[in-house]
Amino acid sequence: MAAGEFTTSMVLAVLPEIGLVALAAVLLVVDLIWRGNTRRYFGWLTTAGLAVIMLLAVLFARPAVEGALVWGGMLRFDSAGFVFRMIFLAAAALTALYTAVTDSVRLHGEFYALLLVSTLGMSLMASASDLIMLFLAIETTSIPLYVLAGFILRDQKSVEAGIKYLLFGAMASAILLYGFSLIYGLTGTTQLYNLGAAFQAGAVPAVLIAAVIGLVLVGFGFKVSAVPFHFWAPDVYQGAPTPVAGFLSTASKAAGFAALMRVMAVAFPEQSALWSTMIAVLATLSMLVGNYLALAQKSLKRLLAYSSIAHAGYILIGVAAGSEFGWLSSTYYLMAYLVTNLAAFGLVAWVERNTGSDDLSAFAGLSRRAPALGLVMIVAMLSLGGIPPFAGFFGKLLVFASAIEKGMVWLVLVGIFNAIIGLYYYLMVLKTIYVNEPSDTAKLPKAAVAWRVALTICVVGILVLGFWFGPFYSYAQSAAASIWIY
Amino acid sequence: MQFPILSVLIFTPLAAALILLLLPEEKKSWIKGVALAAGIIVLALSIWLYANYDIAAGGYQFQERVDWLPALGISYYVGVDGISLPMVLLSGLVIISGVLVSWGVHDRPREFFSFLMFLGASVLGVFSSLDLFMLFFFFELAVFPKYLMIVIWGSPKTREYGGMKLTLYLFIGSMLALVGALAIYFGSGLRTFDMLALENAGFSLAFQRVWFPFVFLGFAILGGIFPFHSWAPDGHVAAPTAISMLLAGVEMKVGAFAALRVGIMLLPEGARQWAWLILALATVNVVYGAFIALIQTDFKYVIGFSSVSHMGLVLIGFATLSREGLIGAGMQMFSHGVMTALFFSVVGMVYDRAHTRDIPKLGGLVRKMPWAAIGFIVGGLVSMGMPGFSGFVAEFPVFMGAWRAAPVVAVIAVLGILITAGYIFLTIRRVFFGELPEGLAGVQDVTTRDKIVIGGLAAVMIGLGVFPSLMVPMVESGVKTILALLGGA
Repeated sequence: MAAGEFTTSMVLAVLPEIGLVALAAVLLVVDLIWRGNTRRYFGWLTTAGLAVIMLLAVLFARPAVEGALVWGGMLRFDSAGFVFRMIFLAAAALTALYTAVTDSVRLHGEFYALLLVSTLGMSLMASASDLIMLFLAIETTSIPLYVLAGFILRDQKSVEAGIKYLLFGAMASAILLYGFSLIYGLTGTTQLYNLGAAFQAGAVPAVLIAAVIGLVLVGFGFKVSAVPFHFWAPDVYQGAPTPVAGFLSTASKAAGFAALMRVMAVAFPEQSALWSTMIAVLATLSMLVGNYLALAQKSLKRLLAYSSIAHAGYILIGVAAGSEFGWLSSTYYLMAYLVTNLAAFGLVAWVERNTGSDDLSAFAGLSRRAPALGLVMIVAMLSLGGIPPFAGFFGKLLVFASAIEKGMVWLVLVGIFNAIIGLYYYLMVLKTIYVNEPSDTAKLPKAAVAWRVALTICVVGILVLGFWFGPFYSYAQSAAASIWIY
Repeated sequence: MQFPILSVLIFTPLAAALILLLLPEEKKSWIKGVALAAGIIVLALSIWLYANYDIAAGGYQFQERVDWLPALGISYYVGVDGISLPMVLLSGLVIISGVLVSWGVHDRPREFFSFLMFLGASVLGVFSSLDLFMLFFFFELAVFPKYLMIVIWGSPKTREYGGMKLTLYLFIGSMLALVGALAIYFGSGLRTFDMLALENAGFSLAFQRVWFPFVFLGFAILGGIFPFHSWAPDGHVAAPTAISMLLAGVEMKVGAFAALRVGIMLLPEGARQWAWLILALATVNVVYGAFIALIQTDFKYVIGFSSVSHMGLVLIGFATLSREGLIGAGMQMFSHGVMTALFFSVVGMVYDRAHTRDIPKLGGLVRKMPWAAIGFIVGGLVSMGMPGFSGFVAEFPVFMGAWRAAPVVAVIAVLGILITAGYIFLTIRRVFFGELPEGLAGVQDVTTRDKIVIGGLAAVMIGLGVFPSLMVPMVESGVKTILALLGGA
């Protein structure tokens, strides 16, 4: 496609992005106009806007089956981009609703605008097909997230989280950029879809390719919080406003995976044995370290942070399988993880607001203080643990299956060993909620409507993804197929 | 289309579980009413199925099949045969008994009965599955009710330890079995989880030898196979009465059943290769379990270890891979299920009234609660394999099979039964006869609901002992299918 040409299909390809920019602008304007009580509706406005964007995208901006490069090869308009966009938009919409119970942020219009800009970056990450575009997208995602993590200026922990995240993030970006610059130096192109041919055996020394893959993995490993690039995660999750932590652990992670899968499949198809092994090692480390450290946590937010590291490991199993089915499994897992983890963080946000603490002890006796929330916690924790009929079960089954299909039985054995450790601490959380005596027996008050709507959507999502696999499986399949054709 | 009776059977407890969660917490009588109604429906349907199964035709009947995820060859596929139908009947009996003995639960009854129903749906689903994925789905559905019911309503001293131990052991087992099942799925090249299709996949001998231990041992952990049995007594003792009944009575059969259906029936050559090991481990089960039961001073632990011992007989029956052994194993699964449910219900009744399970502190209870004593004695006679009781019909063929497969196993296992007689008589004498301790003078008799449970379960065991033809031909028809897979014999 020549650079100057301009067609409607190009506009449609970035319809959600245009919508996100417009919505962010609206929020900034409304932030100046709305006063007093109406400011409570920022969350609803954001969610409604996102819902409209999703609807428009589903109606008018569905990619063709084979996918096409648009905007001079900067983006690829295909199913993978589309499915992941939906994931990010859904995560942002739910996060905006959850903020209704987080006092420190819910009245700030700029909070929502930043959330939307970050979502915009993720959306571009999932469809970027040029290294420069990809890097810009990653930065567009990350910079607002640094601010969001440190949003509560009066809270030292939050500020610390923001700065920590910024420092680690900047470092990872620099390493990633160095990797990209090597790629350009070696091949003379930044177009992802030309790299596969450029890196064919013999064209470039194998050592250099290995180095490049390593550098790229560092960058993405940071985004998905895989060990050993995970050090930021626990502190940031704990310090950041709780809904932001939920957003970081789901949408931001999914964006990292979307880009990782595209880059690996498209740029390094010849080297799949090499990166498959490297990713398998990352997966093993993430699962072991994440689960092992989660065992010792007293704060539920930190526990969820380490569990999120472990889950990055499970998802990496699917990536390490290096097959279309593996990509599919990881994508399905990400969808399952999205609803599950958002439900968990949503609950934490509410309990934190009412008890002033995210310690496990604050959850003691929750089943008596709020029986319905106790049940929701069962759903969320068991889905994280991979128990049917909840979403996490099918996700785990798929990633394990993808590795077994490829004969990586050892990786699956590591995976099941970790699933057992994981189940242990998730059950301990449930035990705290159902058995331990609370220090304060008063019933919890009824939460804001927005929060309850978001939680309900998450629970329904967990159940639907847990036994009505059909539609979501086919979305994941179309996403995987659209990256894997090269 | 015929009436989807198996689906109704599986989804009744599931629906009841969800309805219960939606009921207001205070309406305790509604809650119990819903649970009881679901229990009655399940029992009635399972009896109807049992009565209407065509034994002459054999095979899997009442089949239903709906595509679940065609892309991976997953379907909702149910059907029952001569092996699984007695298990369905057993579940029906134990679920309603569990509801009846739990009538007095005061702490969060809504959650209690709801989780109980989830557990019921899980076991019924496993027994009716003809799809490997579906079998797993229902198998693991039991994880959370098991854990939560033990830690919330279990006996305070050991519930956290016992509950976690049980749950993790079983999860480890199911995960190992899952790896094996996925290997079977990909190894077959058929891209289907349909077990009837997988039975004819023609796996190579090397493949079967590698993967059989994964699936068989994985599931057999839930069946209590030595040396992975220690979850069973700890878990059963920690659990509240109804859950002990369901765990020992039905869940252990779920493990044995899945080991049979997935392990032996899908990988028959693997079973032949590894039969010696199963035979050896199961023999240890029988004798070791009985010896440990003999020295227990906790009433409930006696029964807990007796389950380990009796499940050994089931596994011996499997490992003989012969007609007699398999029939015996099938009968023993049913007979032991009913018997141990009765045992645990009696233990629960005694504990509720005497507030101790310490055998030295008990005694003379026959005067206070004769029904419980009679129930326990009937269970004891079944346990020893007395003619005229279902235990004889079950254990005798197992020994016949074992004698043919490996006489030494038969001899050692019979020794186990002698020890069983020892601990049963000892327990009966020390708990129900002799001097009534002073502290127990005010003990009340059991309630009418308890009597229904005792009477019903005891009647089933005696009935089966007197009229073995009520069940043996049915099990035999199921065994035929297994023998065909094993290659004639």
